[in-house]
Amino acid sequence: MKRKPNLSATIALLPTWLVAVVVFIGTMAWSINLSLTNSTIFPSTTYVGLAQYAKLFSSAKWLASLHNVLIFGILYVCGCLLLGFLLAAALDRKIRFESAFRTIFLYPYAMSFVVTGLIWQWMLNPTLGIQAGVRSLGWESFVLDWVVNRDMAIYALVLAGIWQGAGLVMVIALAGIRGIEAEQWKAARVDGIPIWRIYVSIILPQLGPALAAAGMLLSMGVIKTYDIVVAMTNGGPGNATEVPAKFIMDNLFGRQNLGLATAGATVLVLGVIMIVAPFRYALHMRSKARGGSR
Amino acid sequence: MKSMMTLFLAGVAFAGLMTTANAQEKPTIEILSSWTSGGEAAALNVIRTEFEKRGGVWKDSSIAGFGAADAAFQNRVVGGDPPGAKQGVIGLAAAEFVSQGLFNPIDDIAVAGKWTDVLPKSILDFISYDGQTYLVPTGAHGMSWVFYSKEAFAKAGIADEPKTWDEFFAALDKLKAAGLVPLAWGGQPWQQSKVFNMILLSQVGVGGFLKIYVDKDKSEASVEGVRKTLEILGKLRGYVDDGAAGRNWNDATAMLITAKAGVQFMGDWVKGEFIAAGKEIGKDYGCMIVPQSPGMIYITDAFYLPKTGNAETDKAQKLLAEVVMDPVVQVEFSLKKGSVPARSDVDKSKLDACAQKGVELMSAGAIVPDQSIVLTPQQVGALDDFVDEHWNGGSDDMAAAAENFFSIF
Repeated sequence: MKRKPNLSATIALLPTWLVAVVVFIGTMAWSINLSLTNSTIFPSTTYVGLAQYAKLFSSAKWLASLHNVLIFGILYVCGCLLLGFLLAAALDRKIRFESAFRTIFLYPYAMSFVVTGLIWQWMLNPTLGIQAGVRSLGWESFVLDWVVNRDMAIYALVLAGIWQGAGLVMVIALAGIRGIEAEQWKAARVDGIPIWRIYVSIILPQLGPALAAAGMLLSMGVIKTYDIVVAMTNGGPGNATEVPAKFIMDNLFGRQNLGLATAGATVLVLGVIMIVAPFRYALHMRSKARGGSR
Repeated sequence: MKSMMTLFLAGVAFAGLMTTANAQEKPTIEILSSWTSGGEAAALNVIRTEFEKRGGVWKDSSIAGFGAADAAFQNRVVGGDPPGAKQGVIGLAAAEFVSQGLFNPIDDIAVAGKWTDVLPKSILDFISYDGQTYLVPTGAHGMSWVFYSKEAFAKAGIADEPKTWDEFFAALDKLKAAGLVPLAWGGQPWQQSKVFNMILLSQVGVGGFLKIYVDKDKSEASVEGVRKTLEILGKLRGYVDDGAAGRNWNDATAMLITAKAGVQFMGDWVKGEFIAAGKEIGKDYGCMIVPQSPGMIYITDAFYLPKTGNAETDKAQKLLAEVVMDPVVQVEFSLKKGSVPARSDVDKSKLDACAQKGVELMSAGAIVPDQSIVLTPQQVGALDDFVDEHWNGGSDDMAAAAENFFSIF
């Protein structure tokens, strides 16, 4: 089934299409071009091949940032999906004040990462936050110093991230659950299947697409993680919470190293493509297999 | 679409022409600065008032945050629309702009004002390139100060300012024993690098410091100096509190103001916080140069004057240069900003005790430039990384770390 090209629709889409090509593809090409030069504060035309990439991958800070974003990404996405699904299942049990709870759980998502980061920075700061509070109540040896602890700082980020992102997953999952036919519930109940089993074996598989979409949204957020880190730890202590986006921004402006920054950005784009492409391809193939062309 | 765009651009260009035509009677200048905090804004206003008194028109484009203002400036220069003047520090970052031919020289003003006679050589060297003067210095900041709370010192029973590192650590021990936080530490990389340099200067002296940062000397003496510096830095780690990581410098100063902590290493802008809190120098807080330090680290603020291709702006830039270098403006500006006048021939009687100490060291030539003057931004970043890594654990092998230090150049 082939659609006829619609002339007026094509013309209407042309500006958007131009913007996409010029702004997105164009700047991407320009960045990749710069990453092959020795540019510092200004763009230069002296090409140095892959020297910037070699420098990038010999930088302990960059490697640490990749390591950190991997830990953060996996824990953050999985944590959000798990907690979001559990919240959705709990709200689905026809509890009282459902809409109030839904609002409360979704509320953090309405906050920017900067605000989230600041709130958690204060709470986890040993001299201001929870630790100081508990100690002043008399428990002198209580320790909760995640943001200033080199080994725990990255988990502090995960915690704040999940607090913020779980609500979104909850809403998407809840919508998915509500879309499932009531007949299935009745049939399962007649068969005497325990409720947890219904959620795990019947509901969860049907939520696949919804959770995949939520996971995709969260993953995109992981790659560009910047504001929450700046607000919470600014990459510290040491390199403990350095992330690629922050590394790139620092080198782009603070350190005036255009070449290195664009090399980092290029690596990041390649990373995104590597994650997104197989996923898109799978979706495409599936929709083709179903007979519809999109 | 394209013709619409051309029309639009033509309109913008026309509008641009109209505004310049209107402003032609008076020299107009747009100032891009990051001086937005209370004292800084008041200091900038000193220049503005005098500039307007002499018939100039002042357009303020202030952006909070040094890095943010720098990024905006960089973008505007690359985009071909630089402001008439930009506040920044002297050094290699400015030199990069000069070597690209992006700044206007102001030789005629410098010659007429006899700048060579009134500015210290160390500043003069960094505002001129290839025999031409490009930057207008507003004032210098002393960076290697130790501030201390007199109340905290009294509580801990410390009578005199510690003169050596041994005395200094003894004082820190006393503060600790008195139940105070001995050292108010700002755990951000740039602050840590400053402390590193303060200690380094006390270990290798003015000559040794310049050898390391300017000549990139890797001799035995230099390595040994860095090693001793790292040792002292490592010792300091035992005197900070849990909340030090990521702390802002003004939050650390607040710990001194409330007498919760004893000492802080920082530049003289700290005075602004004390003044704002109603504290008096000599009575509530004191300042001293880092123990055993033969001199002072300084940084100099200046105005960059980019080429805008507009003759009127060029004229305004020259007026700005004259105003900034005016002896009265220099003193008034420094009083508000907490800095030291760049000119050495000004009336020093109005300056506070700290600033007078600073002026003495400056006129004696016992000053060394801050790392941001003698290193490129990339190297400054590498230094930050080095010190930060060392402060947050790093290796215990000081000798290897000292060797490692020289890889930042």
